[in-house]
Amino acid sequence: MSATLRRLGVMLGAAAFAWLLADSLFALPAPVIDLRPLVSENLAQSGITHPVTAVLLNFRGFDTLLEIAVMLVALLGVLATLAADRSPAVDLDSADAMLPMFSRIAAPLMLLCALYLLWAGAFRPGGAFQAGALLAAALALLHLAHLIPAWSSPLPLLRSGLVAGFLVFLAIATTLLTEGALLQYPPAYAGLLILAIESALTISLALILAGLFLFISNDGRARK
Amino acid sequence: MSSEMIFAVTGVLLFAIGAAGTILLAEPLRRVLAFNIMGSGACVVLVSLAQRNGIADPVPQAMVLTGIVVAVAATGVALALARRLNRLTGDGGSGAGAGHD
Repeated sequence: MSATLRRLGVMLGAAAFAWLLADSLFALPAPVIDLRPLVSENLAQSGITHPVTAVLLNFRGFDTLLEIAVMLVALLGVLATLAADRSPAVDLDSADAMLPMFSRIAAPLMLLCALYLLWAGAFRPGGAFQAGALLAAALALLHLAHLIPAWSSPLPLLRSGLVAGFLVFLAIATTLLTEGALLQYPPAYAGLLILAIESALTISLALILAGLFLFISNDGRARK
Repeated sequence: MSSEMIFAVTGVLLFAIGAAGTILLAEPLRRVLAFNIMGSGACVVLVSLAQRNGIADPVPQAMVLTGIVVAVAATGVALALARRLNRLTGDGGSGAGAGHD
């Protein structure tokens, strides 16, 4: 019973699985349901001219609503695993001169790019998720350059930022119940409502994604 | 072989490599990374199959976008759990070092 034999077996199994899966991909029949005409026919009344954003925020807005809820639950899970005895270790001194200087230049540019992505989502690839990820990356960069400390426990302002996206989305979704269905935007206001939801989503996603990094890294610092 | 089928087969290979890694690697961090490779493979298959007949279908693209963000969140939770495990056991929870080469 050697580890090499086990390793070989697993690798062979994975290779056989890959072969079968690739083989079946080529034998796949053409899709019976084609959603593309459905999307392009209804694009005009979605309030958005880019199909992916229209699917995300309008046609399948329910997915996105649950997605931001999942993000929030994940962050709560991370916060729950952090040790209770952590101390907010503030270590803002850095021996490296290059990284902080570069980060000071890069971070405002990243903010600018994020704002552009958010605005561009209405008519070309972009949107709240890309903008939020970029903002979170800017926060992580600033932390790695020792310019902002790791987060210990969320204060009221941060808490409201974390939940803003979900709450704004949920409020708009439930208000629109009067239209007949959840997230059924009236075509005249659809663009405006989606922009409001996307702006709130960007803030919350940026803080949640940055929180995943900054809360965990605080736990590590406290150990030193 | 058309370009989208090359992408699809690449996705299948990524999935298989990630699956083998998830089974074989003992350290939590490596296992999380292998699982992420598996997820990326699944996303590549989904996106490439969605553009088999010319123009891309926006619905699977939106689904993959949602999936990526949820995967990041799940990875964050997995890393926090791995860190906690490391704190409690002191050895990262790895077994007999089967993941080392």
